[in-house]
Amino acid sequence: MKARVTVTLKNGVLDPQGKAIEGALKSLGIDGVEAVRQGKVFDIELSTADKAAAETALKAACDKLLANTVIENYRVEIGG
Amino acid sequence: MKAAVITFPGSNRDGDVAKALKQAGAAVVPVWHADTELPAGTDLVVLPGGFSYGDYLRTGAIAGRAHIMDATRAHAARGGYVLGICNGFQIACEAGLLPGILVRNAHLKFVCKRQHLTVERNDTPFTRAYAKGQAIDVCIAHGEGNYIADAQTLARLEGEGLVAFRYADAGGKVTAEANPNGSLNNIAGIYSPGFNVLGLMPHPENLIDSLVGGTDGRGLFESLVAAKAA
Repeated sequence: MKARVTVTLKNGVLDPQGKAIEGALKSLGIDGVEAVRQGKVFDIELSTADKAAAETALKAACDKLLANTVIENYRVEIGG
Repeated sequence: MKAAVITFPGSNRDGDVAKALKQAGAAVVPVWHADTELPAGTDLVVLPGGFSYGDYLRTGAIAGRAHIMDATRAHAARGGYVLGICNGFQIACEAGLLPGILVRNAHLKFVCKRQHLTVERNDTPFTRAYAKGQAIDVCIAHGEGNYIADAQTLARLEGEGLVAFRYADAGGKVTAEANPNGSLNNIAGIYSPGFNVLGLMPHPENLIDSLVGGTDGRGLFESLVAAKAA
């Protein structure tokens, strides 16, 4: 079973990297960019076929390591 | 004073901090991150500077989950001393020993320079050899030293006097210009509520010999050794 975990910065947390990317996009002349926030994506392959077990394992993975919940939110998507 | 200096894959200041501790009179035992127990009789655990796990995921994130960190948390919970320097401060935050987190410097640049700090209080095991309010001259070298915490945590740190050091100018003035990385309230280091855990971004171990720039860092190691003897 494949899964995707997306980790993003919480609102209000300063993101200097996102700001720098935003500035670079603007300097490339790409129109209409108002704001950029940088995050992380993890594609994870799981041995289980049980969706509930996968969700439990991925939530533990996020809380224990993949995200620092002081500054980050995460989202888990479980595929086929 | 028996000090256990933990080496993680990518630690590179373990040798320097061991030297500073030995100079102050401590016995130093090197400990590998995959060990599960601290040496018997350990008084101080040191999380040294460096780039553990290549700063992958987040600085200090993977090292913060190392086996030895369970023993380190238990040591801290018993009131044992823990000192995290630079990457060690990042590891201490990721391991839950200290609140908040260190993120990318606000200006995005790695900073490597001399830096003055104010000693916020000198009644702790780490700072008795200094004067309260003293401006000490040490070094910083980091890309992710920007200390942030939520408003409630920050208010608690300030209210309980848990800020150990602040970035300042040579005269000891805490100004925005003297802040090298964007840290909230110019915070360079913080204590745990019991004052037995200290995390700081600057490197006091760089400044222990007048031949290589100064000796303002010695007081921290001498304070610790004296605290154990007291």
